[in-house]
Amino acid sequence: MVEKTPILDFFTYAFLMLGILIVGFPIIYSLIAATLPLDEVSRVPMPMIPGDQFLVNMTEAWTRGNLGTQITNSIIMATGITFGKIVVSMIGAFSIVYFDYKFRKLAFASVFCTLMLPVEVRILPTYEMAANVLSPVQTIWDFLHLNGLVSWFTGNDFSLSLNWSLLDSYPGLIFPLIASATCTFLFRQFFLTIPEELCEAAKIDGATPMIFFRKILFPLSKTNIAALVVIEFVYGYNQYLWPLLVTTNTKMTTAVIGLQNLIPQADDLPEWNIALGGALLVMLPPVLVVLFMQRWFVKGLIEKEK
Amino acid sequence: MIKRSFFKSRYLPYLLIFPQILVTLTFFYWPAIQGILQSFMLSDPFGRKSTFVWFYNYIELFTDPLYLKSILITFVFSLATAAVSISLGLFIASMANRALKAKALVRTMLIWPYAVAPAISGIMWLFLLHPSYGVVALAIKKWMGIDWNPVLYGSDAMIMIVMASAWKEVSYNFVFFMAGMQAVPKSLIEAAAIDGAGPLRRFWTITFPLLSPTFFFLTVMNIIYSFFETFGIIHTVTQGGPGGSTNILVYKVYQDGFVGLNLGSSAAQSVVLMSLIIIITVLQFKFVEKKVQYSG
Repeated sequence: MVEKTPILDFFTYAFLMLGILIVGFPIIYSLIAATLPLDEVSRVPMPMIPGDQFLVNMTEAWTRGNLGTQITNSIIMATGITFGKIVVSMIGAFSIVYFDYKFRKLAFASVFCTLMLPVEVRILPTYEMAANVLSPVQTIWDFLHLNGLVSWFTGNDFSLSLNWSLLDSYPGLIFPLIASATCTFLFRQFFLTIPEELCEAAKIDGATPMIFFRKILFPLSKTNIAALVVIEFVYGYNQYLWPLLVTTNTKMTTAVIGLQNLIPQADDLPEWNIALGGALLVMLPPVLVVLFMQRWFVKGLIEKEK
Repeated sequence: MIKRSFFKSRYLPYLLIFPQILVTLTFFYWPAIQGILQSFMLSDPFGRKSTFVWFYNYIELFTDPLYLKSILITFVFSLATAAVSISLGLFIASMANRALKAKALVRTMLIWPYAVAPAISGIMWLFLLHPSYGVVALAIKKWMGIDWNPVLYGSDAMIMIVMASAWKEVSYNFVFFMAGMQAVPKSLIEAAAIDGAGPLRRFWTITFPLLSPTFFFLTVMNIIYSFFETFGIIHTVTQGGPGGSTNILVYKVYQDGFVGLNLGSSAAQSVVLMSLIIIITVLQFKFVEKKVQYSG
C-alpha cells in the first residue's frame, strides 16, 4: 500500500473479518453446539448462545465413543509415522547425496517414483501385503517349486507356509504409510544446498561420515525437521482410508474413524452436541501441534513447493 | 550436477539407504505390481482362483455407465473444490497482505483448518447443512426459498461435500498465496504506483501474474487433494449417495474392492487412477516452464 486509501483499507479489514468468520464459523458453531443439552441442540434453529453442558457433553462423548483408546491409537500412529518417515528418509537422503556408489541413481529414481502415488491408489494390494508381509517370499518359494525340492531331498512331504500379519497392529498402521518418499526428496533438496566446503573440511579433519551427519548435517536440518514433524504428524493423525482397512478390532480403531460411531444416524436421537464435542476433542492434538509450531510449519510448507 | 565431495565407505551408504528401499519395495512396488497384475484377472471374491483375462476388466469399466458417471462426478467435484478454495484463499490472502499490522494474528486464525481431518470437516458441515436442523440449511430454505435436501437430491449432496472439502483447503492455499505475495518485489509495486496505477490495477497487472507459479502449483495440489484425501468426507457424510451422485473414483475403488469384493475391477480402477495422477504430475512439470511468468 503506497498511497492512502482509507475507503479501501476499511473494506480490506471488513473483508478480512468476513473471511476469518467464514473460515471459523463451523468451529464456533460446533463449540456452541457442544455446550448445549439435547433439547436445545435439536431445536430449529439452534440457539447461538453457549450453554453450560460443555463438560457433561465432552465426558459423554469420551466414554461413549471410547475416545481415550482411539485418540491414543491415533497419536501413536501419527508419532510412529512421523518418526519413521523422518529417520528413514534422512539417512536415505544422506546416502544418496554424500556417497557415490553404483546404484545411487537407481535408488533415487525408484524412491522418487513413490512421490506420485498416494496409498489410496494401491489399497487392495497393500492390504494383502499387510495381511501377510512374507507373501513375496512365499510367492518366490512357490514359484521355484522349492516345496518339491525339499520333499525330494528329505523324502517326506514338505510344505512351507509363511504368514506374518500386520493387521490390527501398530506396525500395520505405520509401515505402509512410511513408503512414500516425500521426505527423502525434501532432505535431498536441502542437503544439496549445503556448501561443499563443510564436507571437505570434515573429511580433512578425518571425520567419519556418521560424525559429519551427527555434528554438522543434523543441526543444520533442525528447521526442516521441525516443519516436517508438523506436516507428517497432521498427515498421519488424519489418515482415514488406510486405518479403516487395516483395523477391525475396536481396540485398535483410530480416532478419526471412531468418530463415525458418534454421528447420529437416521433413527437415533439427534445427539449432535455429543458428536461435535467428540469431534472437537479428536481434532485437538493436530490443531495444537500446528498452532504451536506455526512458524516452522509455514516455512516448511513453502520449502516443499520448491 | 556440480561436482560434489563424497565420503568413501564400502558398506555404509548401502546400510543407510536400506530401510528406505526395504519399505518402498515391500509396501509400494510389490503391491503396485500385484495391483497391475490383478487388474488383468478375474478373481473369485476370496482370491482363491483367478483367470487371466487381458483387458476385460478395463473394457468393462469404460463401458459401464456407473463408472463413467463416477469419472464425471470426480471431475466436477475436484474442479469445484479447487475453484472455491483457490479463489477464497487468494481473496483472503490479498486482504491479509494489505493488513500490515495484524498479519501474524490473522495467520494464526486462518491456519488451523489445515490440521482438521477431512472426515471431521465433513461431520461439521453435515451438521450445518442437515436438512432437518442445520442452521445453514435453514438459511438457504428461508432466505433463498430453495428446497434444500442433500439426503434426497444429488446436487445438494455434491454442494455439501464441496463445501466441506473446500473449507479445509482454503487455509492451505492461503499460506501459499501469502508467501507468494510477500515475494513480489516492493519496487515493482511502487513503480506502478508512481505511474498512477491504482491498487486494483496493480494487483491484476503485477501481483497476479507473478503469482502464477503458485497458482498453478496450488491448482494441481488441490485437484490431487480432492481426488484422494477426500475419501474420509465421502465415507462419513454421504457414502457415495444419494443414488451414486457423490461416488468419486477413489470411493468407488473402495466400494467395489472391499465391499463388493470385485477384486479385478477394483484393481483396474486403481490402475486408471494411477495413470491419471501420473499424467497430471507430468503435465504440471511440463507446463511450469511454459505458461508461468517469473519475475526475471
